[in-house]
Amino acid sequence: MPEKNIQSIGVEIEHLSKRFGEQVVLDDVSFSVKPGEIFVLMGPSGAGKSVLLRHLVNLEKPDAGRVLIGGKDADDDATHSAIRTALVFQAGALFNSMSVFDNLAFYPREHRLYDKATLRDKVEHVLKILHIEDAARKLPAQLSGGMRKRVAIARSLVMEPQLLLYDEPTSELDPITAANISEIIGTLKEEFAVTSIIVSHDRDLALGIADRVGLLMAGKLLTVATPDELRASTEPAITEFMRPKIDVHNPRFRRLA
Amino acid sequence: MNTARNILEVIGSSLTLLLRAIGCLPRLPRQLGRVFEYSFQIGYLTLPIVAVLSFFLGAVLALQTGYSLDFGGGQELIGRVVGLAMARELAPLITAFLLAGRVGSAITAELASMTVYQEIDAQRTMQVPPERIHVMPRLVAILFMMPVLTIVAILIGWFGGAVVSEHVSFIGLDPTAYWANLKSVTEFKDVLNGLIKAEVFGLVIVLIACNQGLITRGGPREIGHSVTNSVVSSMFMVLLIDYCLTRILM
Repeated sequence: MPEKNIQSIGVEIEHLSKRFGEQVVLDDVSFSVKPGEIFVLMGPSGAGKSVLLRHLVNLEKPDAGRVLIGGKDADDDATHSAIRTALVFQAGALFNSMSVFDNLAFYPREHRLYDKATLRDKVEHVLKILHIEDAARKLPAQLSGGMRKRVAIARSLVMEPQLLLYDEPTSELDPITAANISEIIGTLKEEFAVTSIIVSHDRDLALGIADRVGLLMAGKLLTVATPDELRASTEPAITEFMRPKIDVHNPRFRRLA
Repeated sequence: MNTARNILEVIGSSLTLLLRAIGCLPRLPRQLGRVFEYSFQIGYLTLPIVAVLSFFLGAVLALQTGYSLDFGGGQELIGRVVGLAMARELAPLITAFLLAGRVGSAITAELASMTVYQEIDAQRTMQVPPERIHVMPRLVAILFMMPVLTIVAILIGWFGGAVVSEHVSFIGLDPTAYWANLKSVTEFKDVLNGLIKAEVFGLVIVLIACNQGLITRGGPREIGHSVTNSVVSSMFMVLLIDYCLTRILM
């Protein structure tokens, strides 16, 4: 049911820097994402991943450098009118006073995209893809964590985005629900022409569905590699992040003290 | 120094919000549903409490005036005092204070909660700015509802004065004399004066309420602080503007 003429788009991050007060959050970060690619940006908490994602949807302005989506500056409102970009927020950011159906219908209704019947069909189609048809009449407060994530993804899919961004889509979920969400994200490109950028520190998600993975540490991009390259890497910083060993006899907090 | 800077920042962000909301006015036809919804919330649901309070305000005003004049005669002047005071000052002021407490606080709480829980960010990413769906329709709604609420407050305040003038024993003023005296001095321009004030108060209250909600950062405690700030700032600004307008409209 998605429109067939919608094309996925590429993303270029060029020398992006951002600071909040004295704290440098992003320091000269550059990488690109190809159209249709699933790109996972990993890194420890506070590395600047979510801030980078917010630059892509113009919720943050760069201090230096620029972000291009589909060759256009993400800093410009007109870009987001021309290119459909959707962000799945970490906590869902569902509209709590609306039912799940109305959450999904919000974007098309506000932009008067379809008549009532088409809108209902589009929403029901997406609900079906994510197996949440039964939740349509419920309020977000009545949903479990996993359901809320799925509804948040569904709301983004109704927008038929060319660029779909996810902020920690599997955080706070049990392993099976997390795997389910990862599979949903990984198989969406069968149905939708969409470029996906996922911010996460879920190794299973990154190694399982990513075409490429970027590793961001303390605001700097450490590497961009395929999942196989990451698995094979012997770089200490990468192995420490990807395969940390738990040593209660010599814990990190004592080593770092 | 910090307080002064904060006040200037809030004034600046409120004015920016107002300009952005004005920029969304061409979209008004698509937002009529929200204008009606907010008009209902602002007007219909506030009307009963406005009516009750203005009745008692008019009644107390008549009582105090009657008590003061009891020593020197001239009870018939009660109509004049209640008529002018309600139309020019008290009706717009009591309506504004009620609006700040009841509607302003609710608007700030709703928008602050939506901001803190990233609902506003989600709407921005959908190219639906808050000025278009939350601010502009509320400003239009208050423009329509404030005169209605104020006229109701004026009329019921006058009526409250009449009831007290007639039924309180030490006043015992004939209603015909009360209304005749009221009509003899209260002109349309006095009511218009009150309506102009009310419109300005309403716009300021809604603007401050929306701005406070949208600039909220943090969690539940900050939502509470924003609501308090919204009500206190609105009341302060209403009194400040009231003085300025009264001087201008005299």
